Amino acid sequence: MKFGENARKWLHVLPLVAAALALSAPQAGLAQPAGSAPPPTESSAAAPAADARSVNVEDAAADPAATAQPSATEAAPGAEAGGYTPLGPEWIKGAPEDGGLTFQQQYSEDGEYALWMHDIVLMPIITAVSLLVLALLLWVVVRYNRRANPVPSKTSHNTLIEVIWTAVPVIILVVIAIPSITLLARQYESPPEDALTVKVTGYQWYWGYTYPDNGGFEVISNMLPEEEAEARGEPSHLGADNRMVVPVGETIRVQVTGADVIHAFAVPSLWFKIDAVPGRLNERTMFIKEPGIYYGQCSELCGARHGYMPIAVEAVPRPQFEAWLRSKGGTVAGEEAAAPTAAPLQEPESSVEGAPGAGAAPDDVTEATAPGNEA
Amino acid sequence: MATTADTFQAHPGEHHAGEHGADHKPGFFARWFMSTNHKDIGTLYLIFAIFAGIIGGAISGLMRWELAEPGLQILGQVSAYLNGGDMDFDKSLHTWNVLITAHGLIMVFFVVMPATMGGFGNWFVPLMIGAPDMAFPRMNNVAFWLTLAGFISLMTSAFFPGGTGMGAGTGWTVYAPLSTSGSIGPSVDFAIFSLHLAGAASIMSAINFITTIFNMRAPGMTLHKMPLFAWSVLVTAFLLLLALPVLAAAITMLITDRNFGTTFFDARGGGDPVLYQHLFWFFGHPEVYIMIIPGFGMISQIVATFSRKPVFGYLGMAYAMVAIGVVGFIVWAHHMFTVGMDVNTKMYFTAATMVIAVPTGIKIFSWIATMWGGSLEFRSPLVWALGFIFLFTVGGVTGVVLANGGVDDNLHDTYYVVAHFHYVLSLGAVFSLFAGFYYWFPKMSGRMHSELLSHLHFWVFFIGVNVIFFPQHFLGMQGMPRRYPDYTPAFEFWNNVSSVGYVIMAVSMLFFFANMLYAYTAGRKAPANYWGEGATTLEWSLSSPPPYHQFETLPVIEDHHSHHDAIGAPGTATAH
Repeated sequence: MKFGENARKWLHVLPLVAAALALSAPQAGLAQPAGSAPPPTESSAAAPAADARSVNVEDAAADPAATAQPSATEAAPGAEAGGYTPLGPEWIKGAPEDGGLTFQQQYSEDGEYALWMHDIVLMPIITAVSLLVLALLLWVVVRYNRRANPVPSKTSHNTLIEVIWTAVPVIILVVIAIPSITLLARQYESPPEDALTVKVTGYQWYWGYTYPDNGGFEVISNMLPEEEAEARGEPSHLGADNRMVVPVGETIRVQVTGADVIHAFAVPSLWFKIDAVPGRLNERTMFIKEPGIYYGQCSELCGARHGYMPIAVEAVPRPQFEAWLRSKGGTVAGEEAAAPTAAPLQEPESSVEGAPGAGAAPDDVTEATAPGNEA
Repeated sequence: MATTADTFQAHPGEHHAGEHGADHKPGFFARWFMSTNHKDIGTLYLIFAIFAGIIGGAISGLMRWELAEPGLQILGQVSAYLNGGDMDFDKSLHTWNVLITAHGLIMVFFVVMPATMGGFGNWFVPLMIGAPDMAFPRMNNVAFWLTLAGFISLMTSAFFPGGTGMGAGTGWTVYAPLSTSGSIGPSVDFAIFSLHLAGAASIMSAINFITTIFNMRAPGMTLHKMPLFAWSVLVTAFLLLLALPVLAAAITMLITDRNFGTTFFDARGGGDPVLYQHLFWFFGHPEVYIMIIPGFGMISQIVATFSRKPVFGYLGMAYAMVAIGVVGFIVWAHHMFTVGMDVNTKMYFTAATMVIAVPTGIKIFSWIATMWGGSLEFRSPLVWALGFIFLFTVGGVTGVVLANGGVDDNLHDTYYVVAHFHYVLSLGAVFSLFAGFYYWFPKMSGRMHSELLSHLHFWVFFIGVNVIFFPQHFLGMQGMPRRYPDYTPAFEFWNNVSSVGYVIMAVSMLFFFANMLYAYTAGRKAPANYWGEGATTLEWSLSSPPPYHQFETLPVIEDHHSHHDAIGAPGTATAH
């Protein structure tokens, strides 16, 4: 609205600055067509719908200067030396199409396999079966109606055909089962141990994305109101204020739980859906092949605003992802942690030696074997 | 072959205790409110199911009206009416959840089940097996009135708080914790109680059918000579008997979690929400077979009648229904594929679910083989049956797609699932209900309906429901989730088409009601057998309507294998 308009006015000045900076950036191959106006990007100042539940989510201190243009060569989206900018709407890849007849385009290996299985194995079989039954019915109507066949036959058995129409469906089902079981096995492959972990929590009625390996900060993601979504060029009911940002091209461990009632985290263009159940931590692997924005919606009835808590996943190259992490006050693995801006996860009192809640050490701990004394 | 009705009248002149009129029927109040007559109780169930169907259908009309365009159109006003006061966004959204819940519960428990089992089952199973009534006539009546009481309890739930507004907004599946800690107020308790009542009624009916079919078949009617509709009711009765108690347990645990401090489904007390899902779907999957198997039985009767041929592969048909019923008990978790189950469990349920396609396919092919070589007359019951065979196949194959757990990941809780189950229900079970209705209506009422109106009903309904539900496959594949009152504009086109389909379907129902008016005002009297030589089961040997008491002298079923006529195959009977 008004705020976005103001920000965009300033952005008209900035592409020249952006071009200058980009040309001097160390990254090669970031051909930015100079002089072309950047598409409107979301403002990076204060979050639009200030919400009491939005903790830790002041948007990136990153420069509004860098706006990425998808170009023929590998443009690093949101690229700017050391900065992070949310991807603009030109990066939307996982969204429904008006009047669409098929699945959304897939951007993960398992999703492509599943799509293949549906389009090449399942669809031909079910179409053939339906058309066969229709053809047989039409034939029967034409050939065996009262005028064409006034005297009905008495046949009520034929063992051969009964065997055929039992065995052939069994064979067809086996043909379906092979890729089906293969797909399941692939979907359940464990991620590598050092994979990024994102913990997703479903709340009534928004999502929280926690990065436990990177400082434990939580990003709260609310649906954008319709006018705000329009202003940002995002589809209404799908755009969210703070997206789940993940690195592209890496296997990610996604752990999902619910805070109050059952929700479900779904991203159709990644063939991904897993329930967010209170008291349960579900884990799946996610892998996104290309940078972009991928939308989903809550997929388990969870109360009044079940239809108003969308999911927006943003996949960016590793450097930009790490920049985003830092902008949230998180840490990148292996780095010296800066003074943590996020509160450390609360340790139980009993784990601190000598704390009042810690309790007495067991009797058989001698000087020699006390923690810290082992040779 | 058909005998006159006289033989089966109660002996004239015999004095019966109680308030009987000259034709041995009780007075109005005793007859309709204290009935022990299976035909009258069947009539009560059918009238009740039609009435509930109008309400459930009106609710879906509101739903399709709201979904015709993006944005909220009528939901605010509907909600303000239900909740009182001004329009409120969150209360409107809650009202949406109330509508979808009511639609599901009404159609499952108060339309399809009462119509197939309570209505046609009660009317025709005793007639087909040559019995004078059901084994437990008074319990039969109790079951009907309990079902009505359950319906009243469900309607009542709409007028009490249930969360973010009035009414129960949990979905027909009533998942915890949304239905426990997520729904404050007595509404969900009333909804659960309605399931207790309706469930108890169905269990009683199941006991009644099993006892009747096992013990009261006429002499000479072995199980393997019994009509396939009676077989279908027998299989369904066993499914009800075994599945409903598990639902009762699950929803009782919801009641105690909600009101008595238990934590069966609350992890904070050591419970698990997923436990509820297992218990619910252990009932829920057999439930869908409960809804369709009697329909299978009716289609068998109708196809045989209008082909003038016995059903092809009688034993295969009977035991396919048994197989569907048995296997239907071990596939429930395909409704829970995204709950976070381990890979072996998911693989098992994928494989087991796909197995059910085999006996179902046997039935589809057997119906076609019945007509093959037959002499088809396209009266309206057969036309509805033909529609059923094709459309149930379409619904069934999308079920095969969903059975694959890995594929289901992208379709679970989307409109693809909604399209699938409406194809097998609205285009399967409902088609079989209309087929059975037009097949048996003159027998029950004594009046012929208009063939023209029933054909018009069929064609306009056929077009309407296909326009409603086929595009929903596309919406689901594109990712539109279910139980949403509003959607992103990319989903507008097919939603609009789907809502147009609803209007077409609603117009077709005018033909149905007009037909009933016609029949009761101008319809000519129906003879005992108005379908001809293809109608070979025992009800066609009785007048239309049958006498108040029939078969007080039991018919004797002869073995006609040695005769030349086409009629004497298993599943038919000639009474002497």
